[in-house]
Amino acid sequence: MMNLKGNPELTPKNLMRPLKNYGIACMSMGFLIEETAPVVWRGLMVMSAVEKLLRQVDWGELDYLVIDMPPGTGDVQLSVSQNIPIAGAVIVSTPQDVALLDAHKGAEMFRKVHVPVLGLVQNMSVFQCPKCKHETHIFGSDGVRELAKTLGLDILGDVPLHINIRETCDSGQPVVISQPQSDAAKAYLKIAMEIVRRLPRPPA
Amino acid sequence: LKTSEAAELRARLRAVRHTVLVLSGKGGVGKSTFSALLAHGLAADETKQVALLDIDICGPSIPKMMGLEGEQVHQSGSGWSPVYVEENLGVMSVGFLLSSPDDAVIWRGPKKNGLIKQFLRDVDWGEVDYLIVDTPPGTSDEHLSIVQYLSATHIDGAVIVTTPQEVSLQDVRKEINFCRKVKLPIIGVVENMSGFVCPKCKNESQIFPPTTGGAEKMCQNLNVSLLGKVPLDPQIGKSCDRGQSFLAEAPESPATLSYRNIIQSESENHCANESPRFRALLQYAKGLNRLVLLCHK
Repeated sequence: MMNLKGNPELTPKNLMRPLKNYGIACMSMGFLIEETAPVVWRGLMVMSAVEKLLRQVDWGELDYLVIDMPPGTGDVQLSVSQNIPIAGAVIVSTPQDVALLDAHKGAEMFRKVHVPVLGLVQNMSVFQCPKCKHETHIFGSDGVRELAKTLGLDILGDVPLHINIRETCDSGQPVVISQPQSDAAKAYLKIAMEIVRRLPRPPA
Repeated sequence: LKTSEAAELRARLRAVRHTVLVLSGKGGVGKSTFSALLAHGLAADETKQVALLDIDICGPSIPKMMGLEGEQVHQSGSGWSPVYVEENLGVMSVGFLLSSPDDAVIWRGPKKNGLIKQFLRDVDWGEVDYLIVDTPPGTSDEHLSIVQYLSATHIDGAVIVTTPQEVSLQDVRKEINFCRKVKLPIIGVVENMSGFVCPKCKNESQIFPPTTGGAEKMCQNLNVSLLGKVPLDPQIGKSCDRGQSFLAEAPESPATLSYRNIIQSESENHCANESPRFRALLQYAKGLNRLVLLCHK
């Protein structure tokens, strides 16, 4: 999605140098293995890999480190939550009930490990037919708003189903960079601003 | 697995004729929806006994999709009793062991593996024609464990669910490699969310466009069957949320037709033939193969 490929170099201190694109430093298991190679590991090995991806990287000075987590509430989520200081968590869900069930569990997990939940993002909320502009809520509507109310959380924003989000991601040109004036990009930028507003201010 | 444990599992699963694992690389591609509808579709034949086992311990969606939220597991002398949706369709999930559907299960691998073993060893499935196993996304503890535990019996194969876009297909290629590594036969791939027809003007949009050829091209390249393509229908999500069978609620939908074709193709072509003569032939061929391998050593 960030149009990055290749193995990271090592610094003289034996740290991995993150790959960079669009001014953003990235680190992923995807840079350490072949594209089609499956990582079929039990929890302990996954935890050790996550440690390396976090601590054995020459990040330098960073204002924001965004961690993309896999779905679920298992080893990876526990290890990350328990081993590094997290300013906040953002939970993304589609509006349908079965997805919200899991979002609810995610929020519950963060509560248990004392990680503040900054809010929810409602993804794939509505699709507008490119021909007749008719709107269809393919995955239901407003389910995330109701969950937010139940949990006492904020909605950080709504991202509609736009074909160009998927197309630009697949081609490695995130819509926020390649089409900054589009509705899709504006939806993401608005959410980013809401997140920054809710983060603790850095010490003076 | 200890020999005694393997023997226990083999005994318990002896009366299961066909086992199908439903896998996906990514989350959110519709794997649990597919598992639920596959189970309903197979159980439409009242002479067949169908079992649906949900081993997604952290995100068990099957109880809700089957309209069984709030149900609890009952124990009897012969083991745990599955929760029955129909007389011939029984379900088991960690969801039935929670006091509330909102309870989070925050477990590390070994604890999850323990529960999966219990599901296979302690549930009294009885005579089963089709055991469908719904898995969490990815290739981790749960997948390694289920393949290991089911090696005590016979797995017909895996169905891999994907959406048409490249980031999803990337993960399917990994799943296919996983199956090959653990010698799990691949029944085929299902391409989900394959096109959306506007209910107003009937224009078809490719919301997740197959810019790299979709599942069709990938299956050709990797010599794997494409079982079918299921279009996006808002009714599918609604039926699942309400715990109803979409196939029964929307029999006219193009998505229903796709599902029925896929289910028919699976049960006819891919589950091992029942005829005792064919089975005998298969055993003979396997024996011969082993002999040839031994001679080569």
